[in-house]
Amino acid sequence: MLPQKISELKEHLLSEAALVEHMLINSMQGVLKKDVRLLKEVMEDEEPKVNDDDRMIEKFCVELIAQSSPVARDLRLALMIIKMNKDLERMGDHAVNVCQSGIFLASCSFEDSNDEIKIMSEGAIAMFKDAIKSFASEDIVLANSVCDRDNIVDDAGDQILKRLTVIMQSKKSSIHESLHIMRIAYNLERIADLATNIAEEVIYIVEGEDIKHHHYATSTDIPSGSILNS
Amino acid sequence: MQTFTPEPRQTLKPPTKGIDPVKEVQIQVKDLNFYYGKRQALKNVSLDIQAHSVVALIGPSGCGKSTLIRIFNRMNDLIPATRVEGQVLIHGVNIYSKETDVVALRRKVGMVFQKSTPFPKTIYENIAYGLRLIGVSDKRILDSVVEKCLRRAALWDEVKDHLNLSALSLSGGQQQRLCIARALAVEPKIILMDEPCSALDPIATSRIEELMESLKSEYTIVIVTHNMQQAARVSDKTAFIMHGELVEFNITSNFFTKPSNKMTEDYITGRFG
Repeated sequence: MLPQKISELKEHLLSEAALVEHMLINSMQGVLKKDVRLLKEVMEDEEPKVNDDDRMIEKFCVELIAQSSPVARDLRLALMIIKMNKDLERMGDHAVNVCQSGIFLASCSFEDSNDEIKIMSEGAIAMFKDAIKSFASEDIVLANSVCDRDNIVDDAGDQILKRLTVIMQSKKSSIHESLHIMRIAYNLERIADLATNIAEEVIYIVEGEDIKHHHYATSTDIPSGSILNS
Repeated sequence: MQTFTPEPRQTLKPPTKGIDPVKEVQIQVKDLNFYYGKRQALKNVSLDIQAHSVVALIGPSGCGKSTLIRIFNRMNDLIPATRVEGQVLIHGVNIYSKETDVVALRRKVGMVFQKSTPFPKTIYENIAYGLRLIGVSDKRILDSVVEKCLRRAALWDEVKDHLNLSALSLSGGQQQRLCIARALAVEPKIILMDEPCSALDPIATSRIEELMESLKSEYTIVIVTHNMQQAARVSDKTAFIMHGELVEFNITSNFFTKPSNKMTEDYITGRFG
């Protein structure tokens, strides 16, 4: 009975993750190709579905805990799925933020930042895919590799921040456009952070070890280029 | 102008249930084997139980957990053709040595059974009976002990005006608390509970569990239970026994979140057993 419910719960989460993956890919394609129709589709059609999944999975978890009193690995899995579900829902929100800025930028020329945005988005989406893959296959080696890659996305964000700061200082008319590019970069960095959270949660499910916050022992260890730190 | 000095921030600590390295070991089981005739019920069991802790024994029916708990006050002596190998030390004294006074041992190690077993006497006499057996006849002492034990068993307020009523008129939960009070009357150090709540409703179960928590400061409690949530709620450490072997003996919070043995994990998650 419980193993069946657990398996069903995992399926629901993977289905929500597939939806979020679609949102992330479409939002970035929409930004890079200036495809407003695609960006609106993400915001209006896909995001509400993720919200529905979020509510359904949360209810499923509450009922599972109340009715089946899971322990050990089952308990860790149910608790982490509650967290992953929230991570996924937040990722959906970040994708919507990206779309909003993408719609603004569709009428501007921002090709200068295309490469950096592309690196960030590819890095964040690859981290997301691997985090979900590590969950599906309970692969902690892959989960650990996701945690180790967070800095790559942070560094790309740092490059964008530095370059746009210089541009904004020299060309005031570019401020509005630059702020939207920075907003996209910030949201991509948050998506990578949430992918890292999911990977850490996979490690907790499999090993029972909480590795959260072990990467940076003190606040001074946080990479200086992190957009969150600027 | 008054200045405001914020209170220093309290560091959050994890729940304190578990083991306290300062507490003395009260029960020590060393390489214990137990046989019913030719059938070996316990195999090479070793474990230490700290004073003032609650230890839960869990495992499938017939695994040996009730046999183990009954070893602590030599209840198995009453079963013919049983044999014990190894040592069981209480306060450092081997209770299976020839010099052991079994009656004195059972006073020190009280027991509460699955089915409440009040004597068909008054509530008062259920407590006083054991004391009279050991020669206490002073009414003032008896009154004082009866009240003290009923208070400790969280039953006094419910029965103080009906002490002369038959114990059999009490509810199941009250009868079980009366049995605990009766066990406390002879000043034990250890209380053994063999599925004490299996016949009780959730409210009565909750009262017994609260009682265990409050009794812990004065006694060491070993409980056999089939209810894993109960083991998780009440105990500091949990032992999992399977086919007569001690598979895992772990701090309860770890036992139910991150057991160290695959067999424990499979049992508590219902994969087998």
